[in-house]
Amino acid sequence: MVKSLLRTPLHARANGQASTTDALLEAEARQLAHDRSDSSSPYFTDRRAFLARSLALAGSVGVASAARAAAPPGAVERDVPPDASRTQGYPLADESYGSRSQFETEVRTRFKTATPQSSWTFTPLQNGVGIITPSGLHFERSHAGTAVIDPAKHSLLVHGMVREPKKYSMRELKRFPSLSRIMFLECSGNGLTEWSKPTLRTVQGTHGLTSTSEWTGVPLSTILNEVGVRSGAKWLLAEGGDGAAMTRSIPLAKAMKDCLLAYGQNGEAIRPEQGYPLRLLVPGFEGNMNIKWLRRLELSDMPFMTREETSKYTDLRPNGKAVQFSFEMEAKSVITFPSGEMQLDGPGFYEITGIAWSGRGTVKRVDVSADGGKTWRQAALQGPVLPICHTRFRLPWQWNGGTAVLQSRCVDDTGYVQPTLGQLIALRGLDGPLGSVYHLNSIQSWQVASDGKVSNVHEY
Amino acid sequence: MSTSIEKTSRVALATLLCALSTTVLAQQRTYGFGTAATQVDLDRVFAILPDGRGLPPGSGSVEQGKTIYAQQCASCHGDALQGGIGDKLIGGRGTLVNNDPTKAPVKTIESYWPYATTIFDYVKRAMPFNAPDSLTDDQVYAVTAYILSEAKIVPADTTLDAKSLAAVRMPNRDGFIADPRPEKFPPVAKTPHQHMAIAPAK
Repeated sequence: MVKSLLRTPLHARANGQASTTDALLEAEARQLAHDRSDSSSPYFTDRRAFLARSLALAGSVGVASAARAAAPPGAVERDVPPDASRTQGYPLADESYGSRSQFETEVRTRFKTATPQSSWTFTPLQNGVGIITPSGLHFERSHAGTAVIDPAKHSLLVHGMVREPKKYSMRELKRFPSLSRIMFLECSGNGLTEWSKPTLRTVQGTHGLTSTSEWTGVPLSTILNEVGVRSGAKWLLAEGGDGAAMTRSIPLAKAMKDCLLAYGQNGEAIRPEQGYPLRLLVPGFEGNMNIKWLRRLELSDMPFMTREETSKYTDLRPNGKAVQFSFEMEAKSVITFPSGEMQLDGPGFYEITGIAWSGRGTVKRVDVSADGGKTWRQAALQGPVLPICHTRFRLPWQWNGGTAVLQSRCVDDTGYVQPTLGQLIALRGLDGPLGSVYHLNSIQSWQVASDGKVSNVHEY
Repeated sequence: MSTSIEKTSRVALATLLCALSTTVLAQQRTYGFGTAATQVDLDRVFAILPDGRGLPPGSGSVEQGKTIYAQQCASCHGDALQGGIGDKLIGGRGTLVNNDPTKAPVKTIESYWPYATTIFDYVKRAMPFNAPDSLTDDQVYAVTAYILSEAKIVPADTTLDAKSLAAVRMPNRDGFIADPRPEKFPPVAKTPHQHMAIAPAK
């Protein structure tokens, strides 16, 4: 790693975010070029390339497996019989951990930051069905790579303004009464390329830093009750055990209200990249606060003013003042089908679908427009509709073949209405080419052209 | 008559039960799992508060920091602290007020960071990138002094320790405001006032 760091020229980041955005655009274009001829991709358009490839495969029986591309990540390449109903399938193993179909190709894609350790990856929302994100496709944001930690040697230290500083092994933590809740996480930088002009082309790039999992663990209030909070304590520092020793200050009131010390994700142990063996869940608050590889909690009478909560996750406005401790991820929604770079197969019936969420509560209503926000129709919400959770919406749509601009607008149970980008900019301004960077939650527009091509547009 | 008495006592019993259950909820039970943290456990960890609490003993000078920076930091942050793989560390004063959407504000330790204690905390825990948590406390004081000196925040002959570091006042100390959200937005424009499209990928 040291070597690769030194090999990278110093001017690699001279233009900061701009150069990484260019790199991401190139990566997105490469991925799209591949997906155009992949019949399992929602971006599939190139029937001729697909047929040519199929014919090439058919013409080379016997060396078919050599001609086929390697299995996609998470899949195992197997021979495909001409008729699966006239042969035995592959045997059930005595012990196994399943893999997905070799025909499914969706993957997380990485934002091309200067190092692959301090980086982030996007969830392919365009492929999503239902509300749960598969664990292996949950977006990532890490500052020092994915830490590898032996749970038998891991512990959580709780100290500072408490009556009894204590240390908990993973075994001890798991003895406490537990609970599970299905909840979204979202990086507050989700959509950061989209403030001043439409930049990335797919919903994975514009909205892929949010995912939903079922998280299981011990309420943080249980542990704070065990150690006894001393009077005067108002904040709590959460620290990770990765190379960044990531730290954020959490208001004690929030910690007592609904935070969770999570060791489970979607019915099994948390994935390494999500903080194995222990992560803090701070419901509805910006992703960075949900400290992964959690090893320490320190109570204090003031925030610690860590690097992340002063120099990074703060929202600088054009007047030179920066908003600090902007915790809540506000109501937001996006149409995932049809979305950027998809191709409609001519006029007729389509079911518009997407996801909506709010860090302040439960999604109450989602409206959908096909004319850029002039008229709206209420979409159906698919149950269960849970607080602080992705909620899927659907609306039948008859496309007449003309140009259409599709938008969705979320209303949560506090009455907050998802703003247009124009409303957001009118209040917060555009602070440089990347705007205010964090907390972009405005209405997304997808334009359907008369040839059925869908693209990312700004209309507000 | 007896019915009325029964009713009264039932109400009293219900009230008593309610009171009891409230007490039980208020005084959540404890389980006693886990072990008491030892002094060794507590000595191993750190976090620095903005008023300087948590800063360890030791000290380091700008001069010492210059050498350490060249060996440990310059390969990522540049010989002149101008940035590279790692963040640009100095410069940018006067760029935070910015109404030009084509120009980005330059956020550095010098122009943006509100507390000098944060430099010590972050360098000690996470730097250098290829060997986090490997510098001694004296080295961290020295590197912090060097960065602050190059940022023209402390003089070149400075030696920093717990007391003097906590006393450093950063240029953007008062640059932060509380979260005003949820915001009250202006009404949506009746006719779309902007329509901007991105060229589709080939």
